[in-house]
Amino acid sequence: MIAAIRSLVRYRALVQSLVSRELKARYRGSVLGFLWSFVNPLLVLLTYTLVFTVILPNRQADIQPYFLFLFCGILPWTWFSASLAEASGVIIASGNLIKKVLFPAEVLPTVTVLANLVHFLLGLPILLLFLAWKGKLAWTVVLLPLPMLVQLVLTLGVALFLSALTVHFRDLQNILTHVLHLWFFATPVIYSYAAIPEGSPLRQALRLNPMTHVMVTYQQILFHGNVDHWRGLFLALLVGVLAFAVGTFLFDRLRDTLPEEV
Amino acid sequence: MTAAAIVARDATKRYRRFAHRNQFRTLKSALLTGSVLSDLRPEETFTALEGVSFEVPKGSAFAVIGENGSGKSTLLKLVAGITKPSSGSLAVFGRVSALIELGAGFHPEISGRENVVINGVMLGLTRKEVERRFDAIVDFAEMRDFIDAPVKTYSSGMYMRLGFAVAIHVDPDVLLIDEVLAVGDEAFTRKCLDKIAEFRRRGKTILFVTHSLGLVEKLCDDALWLRHGQTADRGDPKRVVDAYLTYVAGGEEALLRSSRAAAAERAEAGDGPAPSGPPGEGALATGYRRGRWGGREVEIRAVRLLDGRGRERHVFVPGETVTLALSVHAAEPVTDFVFGVGLFSAEGTNVYGTNTDIEGFIPRRIAGEAEVRLSLEGLSLVEGTYLLDVAAHRRDGTPYDYLRGLHSFRVKSRVKDVGLYRPVHRWSFAGGAELVLPEPRAELDLGEEPGA
Repeated sequence: MIAAIRSLVRYRALVQSLVSRELKARYRGSVLGFLWSFVNPLLVLLTYTLVFTVILPNRQADIQPYFLFLFCGILPWTWFSASLAEASGVIIASGNLIKKVLFPAEVLPTVTVLANLVHFLLGLPILLLFLAWKGKLAWTVVLLPLPMLVQLVLTLGVALFLSALTVHFRDLQNILTHVLHLWFFATPVIYSYAAIPEGSPLRQALRLNPMTHVMVTYQQILFHGNVDHWRGLFLALLVGVLAFAVGTFLFDRLRDTLPEEV
Repeated sequence: MTAAAIVARDATKRYRRFAHRNQFRTLKSALLTGSVLSDLRPEETFTALEGVSFEVPKGSAFAVIGENGSGKSTLLKLVAGITKPSSGSLAVFGRVSALIELGAGFHPEISGRENVVINGVMLGLTRKEVERRFDAIVDFAEMRDFIDAPVKTYSSGMYMRLGFAVAIHVDPDVLLIDEVLAVGDEAFTRKCLDKIAEFRRRGKTILFVTHSLGLVEKLCDDALWLRHGQTADRGDPKRVVDAYLTYVAGGEEALLRSSRAAAAERAEAGDGPAPSGPPGEGALATGYRRGRWGGREVEIRAVRLLDGRGRERHVFVPGETVTLALSVHAAEPVTDFVFGVGLFSAEGTNVYGTNTDIEGFIPRRIAGEAEVRLSLEGLSLVEGTYLLDVAAHRRDGTPYDYLRGLHSFRVKSRVKDVGLYRPVHRWSFAGGAELVLPEPRAELDLGEEPGA
C-alpha cells in the first residue's frame, strides 16, 4: 500500500496531465463546453426535486427545503458512482497504452477518480451559493475536506480493485451498474438517516455501508450545520483504508497479467 | 569492455493460452468454485521466448531478426519493461524509450499540442522538459500548421510522424525500435534514419526489431536471430543475416518442392493425351496454364535442377551454373524427336525458350532410358520465382510429353535489380564521378545446408 502511494506520488505529473486532458476532452466539441460541469448537477437536481416534491412529496420537517438536502447528497454521490462506473472499464479502454507503452496502470483508475473529484469541486460553489441563499451556510463548511478525504480513499481503493478485476472478469462492468443502483438507495441520499428509527434492522443494515457515514457527515456539515457523526466517519475511514489496501494489493498481484489480458 | 546497457540471461516468456473450457469461465463460476485466484494463474501456456541470453554494450546498435511469430516483439516488450520474463532475467540500464506503437495514448479530441505534452510526460519527461523540446518536436514532425487542431483530424501519416517525433525527443539512453520506420514518405524516413544515426554518434544504445535486413547490416554492430522463440544465431550482423536468408531460402525450397510434388500429382491425375491443348489447370495471368499432355512415346520421367556441384536445389543465386537434367524414357525406339525448354516468370511471361531443333541438332534415335542435360552458365536472372516448361515432341510440334509449369525454381539475390534478365555487367566511373561500394556485395552462398 505504501509502495502504491509512493508510485502515485512519483507519477503525479502524469496523473495531473491526464486529469486535465480528461477534463478538456470530456466537453470538447459540445456547445456548452465546460459549463456542463455546472449544468449537469443542476439538471440531476432538477429531476430529483421534481420527483420528490411534486410526484412523491417528502414532507419530513428536518430536511426542508428538500431540494437543498438532496443537492448535498447527490453531488458527492455522483463523484462516487461515476468514478466507479468509469474506473471499471478504464484499463480495457486504454488497452493500447498498457500493451504498447511502459505505463503505470494504476494511474488510470486514479485519474478517473480525480477527474470526477474535479467535477465535484466545480459543482460545489453552486451548492454553496444555494445554501447561502437559503441561509443554511454554517461555519461547519470548513470541515468539508474531512468527509471528502474519507470518500477519496474509499473510492480509490474500490476503483483500483474494480479496474484490475474487470480485465479478467468482464461481467463485472454489467454487474456494477446494478450494484451502484442498489447502493444509491442503500445510502441516505434521498432520505434522512436520522428519520430511521434507532435499532431498526434497516438502520443496522445501513450502518454497514461506509458511504452512509460519509453521506451523513456531508449532510450534517452542509445542511444541518452541526456535526456529531465522527464515530461513523472514522469507521468509514477504516473501511476506506482497508479497501485501499486490498485494492492496491490485488492490483499489484494482477499488474503483470494486465498487458496480456487486455 | 564497456558497460552493458541491456543484459538478458536465459529470458523466457510464457503466455497463458485459453482453452475453450476457460474462455467462457466467468466471475460466477469462478466464485462458485472458489477459484478466483487460481484462475488467474496460467494453466496452459505458450512459450513465446525461451532461454534467450545476450548483452548489448552501451553505445552499440543491436538488431533482432526473425520470421513473424518468432518472438521478436515479445523480446522488445520485455526490454521495454511492459511485461516481465516468466523466468530468467532481463535488465536495462538507463532510460528506455520504445517506438513500439507510435502515438499510443494520443487522445483524439484534444489538440496535437496538448497531446505532445501528455505523451512526453507519459514517456517519462517532466512537463518542463517537454516544453523545452516542444519546438524541436513540432519541427521534426513538420506539423507547425496543424499542431493546434484536434488529433482526430490528422491523417495517419501525420499521427505517426508526431508520435515518432515525441518518442525520439524523449532522449532515452536506450531506444527500442519496432519496425516503425515505414511511417512516412521517403523524406521522412530519411530524416528518421539520420536521427537514429545521430543517436549512435552520441553513444546511445539502440535495439532494432526489423524485417529490413539491409538496415541491419548498415546500422547494427550485433544481431540476434530468433527462431520459434529461441536463439538461432548471434553475432556479426552480416553473418547472421546471411544465415537467416539461407534459412528462409531453405523454407522456400521445401515449399517449392512440395508444390512441385502436388503439381506432378495433379498432372498425373489428368493423364492421357490431350491433343486439343493444355488442360485448364492452375491458370496464370496472360493465358499461361500449367499442365501435362502428349502421347508419352517419349516420356519425361524426372526433372532435376542441379547446382555447380551436381546437387539438386530449387533456389539459386545469379551467376551460378544451373543444370537442368531430364530423365527420359522411350518404350519403343523413336527417330523424330526434339527436346525443348521454356523459362517463364511468375507472371507467365516467357523469359527464354529454346529446343534442340532450333539449335540445329538432328535427332537420330532414342530408345530406353536416357538423360538430357541443359546447362545455364552464369544464371542471368533477377530475383524471383521462375516456372519451367520441358517437353519432348516431334519436329512438327506434335507432343510426346509436354510438362508446362510443373517445375519451378527461385532466384534469390542481394542486389534488388529489376526486369526479366540480368546481363553480366560492371559499373565503372571516371573523371569527376566518385562512387564507392562500401563492401563488395557477395551473393549468398546457398550451397550450404540450409538452416544449419
